[in-house]
Amino acid sequence: MTSIKQSYIVDGNDFISCGHASEAVKRTLKELGMPSDLIRRVAIAMYEGEINMVIHAEGGVADVEIFSDGVKIYLRDHGKGIADIEQAMQEGFSTATDDIRELGFGAGMGLPNMKKYADEMEIDTEIGVGTTVYLGFKVR
Amino acid sequence: MTTKALVESIDATLYAPCAKDNIDAFYVGDFLSRVMGKAPSGCAWITVMNNINVAGVGVLADVAMIVLCEDVHPAEDLIERCKTENIGLVSTKLSAYEVCRNLK
Ligand SMILES: Nc1ncnc2c1ncn2[C@@H]1O[C@H](COP(=O)(O)OP(=O)(O)OP(=O)(O)O)[C@@H](O)[C@H]1O
Ligand SMILES: [Mg+2]
Repeated sequence: MTSIKQSYIVDGNDFISCGHASEAVKRTLKELGMPSDLIRRVAIAMYEGEINMVIHAEGGVADVEIFSDGVKIYLRDHGKGIADIEQAMQEGFSTATDDIRELGFGAGMGLPNMKKYADEMEIDTEIGVGTTVYLGFKVR
Repeated sequence: MTTKALVESIDATLYAPCAKDNIDAFYVGDFLSRVMGKAPSGCAWITVMNNINVAGVGVLADVAMIVLCEDVHPAEDLIERCKTENIGLVSTKLSAYEVCRNLK
């Protein structure tokens, strides 16, 4: 089966207006005529991951693969890593600073949202080395 | 309720027109991730958060209209972005609670 591959660089300095990669993917999925439920789930979960790479790491790369029946996304950064994944996955847990909270981020709901909207999620992280988040979506 | 009735009932200033004539889903909140987790598709989102990321969240979460309350007026970049994305953007003096009291 053929698939469409896209790769986006997520700029770690641009936390005033991040989300370009997720918005581009959303547009592509719309153009391909994918179901709107899938598009919304992918767009939100990917945006959460994109924002996390900007806020908690120094940016990274988002690799997206689109199939006729789903989407796979890999978000890779070389940031500080996540010390305790279980704790990070809890609703409300956040290490975001006050400046970040003023922008409206830092509710500690990003990773829980990714889990809620994706059908598959895996986090691979190492302190001081970086984090890779895999998100898998299937047409429901 | 109709978008027109909503805008009139809260005496709002219109900054970007809403593409939908009717809105029957609403969400109140300021933390962006909470909005993305809970706001229903096609809703009016009532908030005091005023920056360009509000439009980003609006696009990704399929928000139909953003209602800025407590006399928060949108920045120029937020207005422009809402216009390009066909997301309604209004501002009212009322608090979020007072806005909600007017919803039907
Ligand atoms: N890519 C990452 N690199 C390093 N730490 C991360 C990364 N992603 C998440 N974290 C850690 O996990 C915590 C929880 O992340 P989550 O996305 O759930 O919440 P948040 O980003 O703090 O707030 P919100 O997503 O609600 O704006 C973060 O505060 C941060 O400490
Ligand atoms: Mg987050």
